[in-house]
Amino acid sequence: MDGIWAIILILGAGTFLLRFSFLGFGGARQFPDWALRLLRYTPVAVLPGLVAPMVIWPAATGGETDPARLAAALVTVAVGFWTRNVLWGILGGAGVLYTLLWLL
Amino acid sequence: MTIQSQFLLGLKAAAPFILVLTPFGLLFGVVATEAGLTLAQTMGFSILMVAGAAQFVALQLSAENAPTLIVLATALAVNLRLVMYSAALAPLVGKASLWQRLLIAYSLTDQSFALTVDAAERQPRPLPHLVAFYAGTSVPTVGLWYVFTLVGAVAGSSIPPAFALDFALPITFLAMLAPMLRTMAHVAACLTSVVGALALAFMPYGTGLLVAALLAMIVGARVEMWQAGRAA
Repeated sequence: MDGIWAIILILGAGTFLLRFSFLGFGGARQFPDWALRLLRYTPVAVLPGLVAPMVIWPAATGGETDPARLAAALVTVAVGFWTRNVLWGILGGAGVLYTLLWLL
Repeated sequence: MTIQSQFLLGLKAAAPFILVLTPFGLLFGVVATEAGLTLAQTMGFSILMVAGAAQFVALQLSAENAPTLIVLATALAVNLRLVMYSAALAPLVGKASLWQRLLIAYSLTDQSFALTVDAAERQPRPLPHLVAFYAGTSVPTVGLWYVFTLVGAVAGSSIPPAFALDFALPITFLAMLAPMLRTMAHVAACLTSVVGALALAFMPYGTGLLVAALLAMIVGARVEMWQAGRAA
């Protein structure tokens, strides 16, 4: 892939700066409450939107909605939600995906 | 309590995460190799970024040939939460030496952050002890991330397409996401993100996702304030 090293280096530096930001100030700066409140929701704001099109219109089926992949996604969320455990979610989703791909 | 025993306490606290990190690191190695990255590039991601979800995001968007700026903006958006972790850790370890703070920042992950803040809340301890505890949580986390990325990258190309690896990424993201849905505000942000991203999918270069994510953050913060107001 062209330009992948530039992406790796910039993301490496950028991610480090995000991590170092407040540690760099040594505790001398505080965040305003409203900013902390917005940042709290970054993972749940970015990840679902990123995944949704891949679940509804998977590239592997040429964009056609696929029952096996859709069911696997729903089961992953349900298992992950109830067990509060990432690994069980992955195993549940993968189990449903492989079972349905094999059956259908 | 010695420094060494604090390090061991940290190691022990981080042990359950091995189960999650192992397949996740393997998967990154496999998916990166399948996407056509060299071994050096794959390891470059894991050593320089040390950020599971954002690495997958960068990889996915690069493979879709999204413009570089969009790849950078989206991956860094996923990592914005690290600023929040940095802000929360600063009062606890901000007085550590500069090189210690540089190492703490480099190895700051969801796991180490959560375990260290939790440990400090349950039992306050002197700064060197807390830094040792932190090191105990972060050394295995970062180390395993390197090792299993490498194993995945080496084993990767031998995995047949019948394994539907295209869907490993969505499943992993969803599995990471589901336990985060702790409150109404998180659920509302999540739904906004899904509906927004699907409705704005027509926008060029993945910009729809950035708009949807921003809307979802605002909805999450609003619902949180609304609920806090009702509870008060």
